[in-house]
Amino acid sequence: MLKDVTIGQFYPTGSVIHKLDPRTKLLFTTAYIVMLFCINNLWGYLATFLVLVVVTLISKIPVGYIIRGIKGLVLIILLTVTLNLFMTPGNVIASLGPFNITLEGLKIATFMALRLIFLIVGTSIMTLTTSPLDLTDGMEWCMRFIPFVRRYAHELSMMMSIALRFIPTLMEETDRIMKAQKARGANFETGNIISRAKNLIPILIPLFISAFRRADELATAMEARCYRGGENRTRMNQLIFENRDRVSFVLMFMMIGGLILTTMIKMPLIFPI
Amino acid sequence: MSVEIRNLSHIYSKGSPFEFQALNNINVTIEDGSFIGIIGHTGSGKSTLIQHLNGLLTPTSGTVLVDGEDIFNKKKSEMIQLRHRIGLVFQYPEHQLFEETVQKDVAFGPKNQGLSEEDVNNRVRQSIKMVGLNYDEVKDKSPFELSGGQMRRIAIAGVLAMEPSVLILDEPTAGLDPRGREEILAQIKSLHTQKKMTVILVSHSMEDIGRLVEKILVMNAGEVVFYDSPNRVFTEIETLESIGLAVPEVTYLMKRLKTKYPEIREDIFTVEAAKDEILKVIRG
Repeated sequence: MLKDVTIGQFYPTGSVIHKLDPRTKLLFTTAYIVMLFCINNLWGYLATFLVLVVVTLISKIPVGYIIRGIKGLVLIILLTVTLNLFMTPGNVIASLGPFNITLEGLKIATFMALRLIFLIVGTSIMTLTTSPLDLTDGMEWCMRFIPFVRRYAHELSMMMSIALRFIPTLMEETDRIMKAQKARGANFETGNIISRAKNLIPILIPLFISAFRRADELATAMEARCYRGGENRTRMNQLIFENRDRVSFVLMFMMIGGLILTTMIKMPLIFPI
Repeated sequence: MSVEIRNLSHIYSKGSPFEFQALNNINVTIEDGSFIGIIGHTGSGKSTLIQHLNGLLTPTSGTVLVDGEDIFNKKKSEMIQLRHRIGLVFQYPEHQLFEETVQKDVAFGPKNQGLSEEDVNNRVRQSIKMVGLNYDEVKDKSPFELSGGQMRRIAIAGVLAMEPSVLILDEPTAGLDPRGREEILAQIKSLHTQKKMTVILVSHSMEDIGRLVEKILVMNAGEVVFYDSPNRVFTEIETLESIGLAVPEVTYLMKRLKTKYPEIREDIFTVEAAKDEILKVIRG
């Protein structure tokens, strides 16, 4: 039941995108997000859409799987769209009781919705194609360039990878404990909020106990292998930029250049303003 | 209560890249009052199978009939009723303990059944006794200050307190010392003989299963390989070894003795029976 959560999930297909260096993907995604906020007309969004389609096709991830990520944020998108639609002053094109829909409002609402959807889709492609451990390795490298943070880069990324490593374990544990209590006749499905909250106690207490036990065991196991943190520590799998990474850097610059070019197109698409 | 498993299949995470067929068309009938052992390599589908018997997992296809009734046609409340009658003790059941005192923890199941306080207390007292602990000594202790073996027993008592007619145990002796194993297995055996409980015991140990159960269900890669009496199953040494299992050590001994004493019997899987047989042959 809990296994069906998809947010931040890794979907291995072995495509070129999966094999890319995590640093490349992080930089690419960052550039993509920055560009997403620089675009100012529909030509730009059309170009971004093309980039997304191409990347999705190369990654071999089923489209349905990516779209599922948007579902969770439908409410936020709707809220943004509604607010922008009715609250923007300008040329009125339709009115709904006391509320006016303006052409400017329609335009901003469309842009906002597209921006949010592209943001979600872009970042989910990133997490779907990168294993959590690769992702933290890439982040550790990126953190080295941030002053103050760089001293703790290793510790922070170790904490992150341990946290990520234990999400599935704790989910499984929750599932197991829930089943064990259900087997003793516990009922998690009916009742009012208070009784439901009370019903969580038989799950939460064993879960906390096991989390502490696991943390303790992991700490002992790490100390037994003389773990001393980041200083002078070498890694077994070095991150190395390959040719495919160089190619994607070229593509990234082409994407940035292309998107900047679209901001200069004066001819309007759909919206006459 | 009789339990019939019909054409049962289960696929985990269907439609995702992690799809995994855990059970493939299982057909097994477990008669009322029998003692069944389920054995199989890690990942053979034992735990998945037993979680279908009380409706914790829903099959991808096929069904389970309890006393002739399809359990997956039931309403939620009826399903909860069913779980009181089919007690399931999970692997490492001590990890499910959560209450402040042993008494309260064991009372969790019967309380969910909606029994009166007096009945609940009686059941708690009885079931703690049944697992071989001193009720007055442990009832006010926190379950977390007990030893591992005692915690395991308290957790089993928590299921017994619901007075199920079918008791399923998933590796109840995993991680216990030899004495703890012996005691728990002896108590399970006595539940079966004295209370006429139907018992389904999942285990890795051929020795334990061989001397306790009436019928063995051997599983491999989600399918039933054998479902027969220990005598018959343990003669299939080659098949068992090919799926990563083994027969009890003493059976191997008897097999080797047979090369020297052709008249000796091979279908022996307890040390006591082996002793009798060897003495019989030697004394001629």
